[in-house]
Amino acid sequence: MPDLLIELFSEEIPARMQAKAAQDFKARMTDGLVEAGLTYAGAQAFSTPRRLTLALDGLLAESPTVTEERKGPRVDAPDKAIEGFLRGAGVSRDDLEVRDDKKGQVYFAKITKPGRPADAIVAEVLEDVVRHFPWPKSMRWGAGSLRWVRPLHSILCILTDDAAEARVVDLEIDGIRAGDTTEGHRFMGGGRFAVTSFEDYQAKLKRDHVILDPQERADHIWQDATSQAFASGLEVVEDKGLLSEVAGLVEWPVVLMGEIDEEFLGLPAEVLQTSMKEHQKFFSVKNPKTGRIERFVTVANIETADHGATILAGNQKVLSARLSDAKFFWENDLRIAQQGMDAWIAQLDNVTFERQLGTQAARIRRIGALASDLAGEVGADAALTAQAARVAKADLSSEMVYEFPELQGLMGRYYAQAAGMPDAVAAACEEHYRPLGPSDQVPTAPVSVAVALADKLDTLTGFWAIDEKPTGSKDPFALRRAALGVIRIIVDGGYRLKLDRYIDAQLLRHKISLNHARASEGEIDTMEEILDEVAERGVFGAAFHAVVDRVRGRDGAPDTEEGSLLRTVGKRVPDLSTDLLAFFHDRLKIYLRDQGIRHDVIDACLMLDGGDDLSLIVSRARALEDILQTEDGENLVQGFKRANNILSQAEEKDGVEYSFGADRKYAEAPEEKELFDVLDKAEAEIAAANAKEDFAGAMEAMAGMRGAIDAFFEAVQVNTDNQVVRRNRLNLLGKIRDICLQAADLTKLEG
Amino acid sequence: MAEKTSKPSSFQEVILRLQSYWASHGCAMMQPYDMEVGAGTFHPATTLRSLGSKPWAAAYVQPSRRPTDGRYGENPNRLQHYYQYQVLIKPSPPNLQDLYLGSLEAIGIDMALHDIRFVEDDWESPTLGAWGLGWEVWCDGMEVSQFTYFQQVGGHDCHPVSGELTYGLERLAMYVLGIDHVMDMPFNDPGAPIALSYGDVFRQTEQEYSRWNFDVANTDVLFKQFEEAEAECEAILSQPETDPKTGQRIIMAHPAYDQCIKASHLFNLLDARGVISVTERQAYIGRVRALARKCADAFVQTEAGGHVA
Repeated sequence: MPDLLIELFSEEIPARMQAKAAQDFKARMTDGLVEAGLTYAGAQAFSTPRRLTLALDGLLAESPTVTEERKGPRVDAPDKAIEGFLRGAGVSRDDLEVRDDKKGQVYFAKITKPGRPADAIVAEVLEDVVRHFPWPKSMRWGAGSLRWVRPLHSILCILTDDAAEARVVDLEIDGIRAGDTTEGHRFMGGGRFAVTSFEDYQAKLKRDHVILDPQERADHIWQDATSQAFASGLEVVEDKGLLSEVAGLVEWPVVLMGEIDEEFLGLPAEVLQTSMKEHQKFFSVKNPKTGRIERFVTVANIETADHGATILAGNQKVLSARLSDAKFFWENDLRIAQQGMDAWIAQLDNVTFERQLGTQAARIRRIGALASDLAGEVGADAALTAQAARVAKADLSSEMVYEFPELQGLMGRYYAQAAGMPDAVAAACEEHYRPLGPSDQVPTAPVSVAVALADKLDTLTGFWAIDEKPTGSKDPFALRRAALGVIRIIVDGGYRLKLDRYIDAQLLRHKISLNHARASEGEIDTMEEILDEVAERGVFGAAFHAVVDRVRGRDGAPDTEEGSLLRTVGKRVPDLSTDLLAFFHDRLKIYLRDQGIRHDVIDACLMLDGGDDLSLIVSRARALEDILQTEDGENLVQGFKRANNILSQAEEKDGVEYSFGADRKYAEAPEEKELFDVLDKAEAEIAAANAKEDFAGAMEAMAGMRGAIDAFFEAVQVNTDNQVVRRNRLNLLGKIRDICLQAADLTKLEG
Repeated sequence: MAEKTSKPSSFQEVILRLQSYWASHGCAMMQPYDMEVGAGTFHPATTLRSLGSKPWAAAYVQPSRRPTDGRYGENPNRLQHYYQYQVLIKPSPPNLQDLYLGSLEAIGIDMALHDIRFVEDDWESPTLGAWGLGWEVWCDGMEVSQFTYFQQVGGHDCHPVSGELTYGLERLAMYVLGIDHVMDMPFNDPGAPIALSYGDVFRQTEQEYSRWNFDVANTDVLFKQFEEAEAECEAILSQPETDPKTGQRIIMAHPAYDQCIKASHLFNLLDARGVISVTERQAYIGRVRALARKCADAFVQTEAGGHVA
């Protein structure tokens, strides 16, 4: 059985695309071949900056012959129908067989598809794969119309048979004819050469200074870098992403270690690391004793007569220029930080956060107000929280963050330390951005938590207030991430807070600033007063009405009639708030789904306690999920559904709601009486468990009703002729529904 | 590999060697465009000639201005006025990478001693409505050129595709000559009777323009000129194709494009004066792009743009 070797040789493929391209190449080729009947024993794909390579072994030499039987028309069918069938099947009338069928005598055709040689199939599949390759970005070049990631220069495609004879697969794509040759390293190779097998190919590439396997290049880089560092008593800072990127930038890695000029060693490690990585793709080498970064590792693509001295000197020069910039920024920044960062905060008055939502400075003031509201809820010191919120984004004005936006927060921490601020404040500067992604840690220090929640809630309420919600795949302001961040901080930290009032308050703050230009002073004052009242009462609606009633009698009171600004705001805030809470619920479902909790289980728990205490919702959902795994739980749901169905039908038919409380004196069967007892007991137990927030206990009490409910249905006919008894029984079912609803809304469960 | 070449001794020798290299490889040696532009790409020999089906090969030096990069001549490598060397070949030849590497050897970079790398860097000019795929070329970790296969210009798909090479001449020459501060670089032969450094030629102008760009340029005038250039560009393109005087079909793509270039530079000046807010910025870029698009639309209707009557 032959082996297949394909190499697509092009100009430099972006490093970040290589690994996926090799996978795609393998998957698409093998899928296409197998679909055409060519199976294989093994497949390997590789990439270098200039080539994608696929090696298959044990490929079938030809696809198997396939025989298929097709049923045709009856023998007495019109000629036209029979001829049509013959054409479709590609056979002549003599080839047909007549068989007895239920409907009479019917023609059958036997169609034989002969196998095809591997060459033809490979050529077809390869052309299709090349023409439809899923590059993230592709291009045309010259006068051609073929698309590839960069100009494609040659295609090597050979089949090597068992006698080690290789033949080129006959194939041409847009003027590129497949052959059996390739070339090695751009500068150290010796021109084109022919190959006869994968082993031959790999060996000749190595001879011509190309390591085909990216993993081998990465391993080589890592081993050489760590051993060079080790020899100097240092260690390389691990960075897997950088390693695979660098392995994709070279065909023949040559590891060179260089010194960082003494004058830059005082820069924070992260600044050195970021600058070297982002600009130069250098690894950082640190002194394990001091933790300082003292050297760098660069990976060249060539061996030179001077052992890389020229290359290293050049790289060092570029690095020095870069680090001079960084040092200049750092020193300038430190001067301002040591003066308390006020200049930076003042500058943020001139920086727009978002056109409608105003400046960064206004945003920081809003975050500060909300963080102070939240401080008590998460056990944070009020004064520290206020200070942290004020300076948390000051570093956005610093030169270092302007140059390296990814260092925001971290620089804030350094600068807050330099300003002599308390550790909790400095930490919050960095941590309030967290979590930065699904795998990032959430902040746990109370001051950081307060500012982090306030920051995210301010962003969410702001974009809700201006109606810029995420739609479909569009989420330019990363609002889904912000909501997930809020959820994770609250749930992971076990914080108990009712989000609703904070959302209301922050929406109102946005409304105040959004309307600042056109609202009268009286209207602004009134909205501020409502804000204070919300803090007092914790409920927007009550606060709004209390204030509106209060100001109405005053001299020069603002317009509070229907259609006035205040009325509009009073209506809009609760609507937006409800909508945003629903968005949180959607994100919560996705978050919990990843933890194995069904979305309908969460639905069943969402609205029981107002729906805005996320920790409570999660505890309840976990308890419900657990009970549903038990036999009692599962059967209770069936019993509940049966009760609910009968009840709903009756309620619809009779046009009444059966929730008046059943009367024990009309109970006839012993099972019915038993159910009364069990329901009373469960109701008390659930109430007691709920009061203690012992949801497992509540669920257990609910599931405990299962036996009595099943027995009731077994023994009793609900819809009897006696209307008094029937109504009483329906009210009894209503009681089941009401009691269960104290633990979870089982109507929301699917299946 | 070509034979090893000696090192050049001055900034101008680097330019002269590039000129003679690309001339020997068949490029028409164009001269700089006589208007203020932000980069060599703005030269109509690139922007307009990359459009349409007619083959083209040109190379030229283009003085370029980036007002925001002014540093009063003090920064070792930042300048508000600098030179780019630009090569544009349509259709891009299959050996363009090799040709490019040959040009590096021509200016004295020894391929056996240096580490040359093609690192992904896709080019996009929001003002020109243009983009392409390619690389920045690194020599020992330093970016020495931009290498781009144009895919779209002025909103038009490029067919055939042009290959564009852009060399930042000061930076490249400093590297080849081993100079740390641009102002110290020999401009002409250091052995000449009157040897001039880059600083002798440009330090004063860098100071003068930095002051003007950042603090003095009259922004009211600049805003007005921007509006005028925009209006003139549109007015030119709204003329009938047939010239009433000569009776010939004369579409004025180039004069209109001049106004587009003007608007683009005026925007850069306003940006340097810090009078364009973040949100306005996008709107201004959009306005220049709209002009570039219309000029491209007009050019492809001309003979040079491949139009066949």
